[in-house]
Amino acid sequence: MTRPTTILYFAWLRERTGVAQEEIVLPESVRTVSALVDLLAARGAGHAAAFSNRRTVRCAVNQEFADPSAPVGPGDEVAFFPPVTGG
Amino acid sequence: MARIRVQTEDFDTGAEIAALTAGRTDIGGIGVFIGTVRDNPGAHEPGSPAVTALTLEHYPGMTERAIGKIIAQAEERWPLLGCTVIHRVGTMWAGENIVLVIAASSHRQAALDATAFLIDWLKTKAPFWKREDFASGEGAWVEAREADDAAAARWGAA
Repeated sequence: MTRPTTILYFAWLRERTGVAQEEIVLPESVRTVSALVDLLAARGAGHAAAFSNRRTVRCAVNQEFADPSAPVGPGDEVAFFPPVTGG
Repeated sequence: MARIRVQTEDFDTGAEIAALTAGRTDIGGIGVFIGTVRDNPGAHEPGSPAVTALTLEHYPGMTERAIGKIIAQAEERWPLLGCTVIHRVGTMWAGENIVLVIAASSHRQAALDATAFLIDWLKTKAPFWKREDFASGEGAWVEAREADDAAAARWGAA
């Protein structure tokens, strides 16, 4: 059985999707961050709203900042969030 | 050598400096930056409401790693003898502390520059998000500022 990929959402992405975390078994066609965003955006109205302006969404794969072209796969932890505003 | 903490409770700046310098005779300069919650009235548009509190969210696990990498960069660039980064999360009221950065070195310039570097990179490379809470009960996520990116970029790439 294929291991799921863990998806995390923070700040307004969590509010718009309505979930903090979900586990998804990726189809074999989804192996990059940008393909994963396409898949997630189609999961419902909340997800579509969260990803409606992708320029405002940042990503981390296994807790490292990642570009849209970065690889993702089974067992990875992929987080989506707005540009950071700490300090 | 470096101390990293992410916590909901406030910090005691004097106690943190004392902990960093205890038993040391090699330190010649200590840089300190403290970030605090400001009420920011009119910041968004004329007459916009004052902020009563900030709520800080973070990405547990990645946060500590990211801060560790930022400190490692500072240690490569300056001869640091000690470093402390404490970042609060959760809800904090106007006037309260948010973040503490301490950098110690033999000489002032390294301590001051490393302190500025650490806070500039913390603001743009560590996974924290601020939400402003207004007296009305409304809240709004703070948007990233280009000025912060410019401040971080003046130190060059990792």
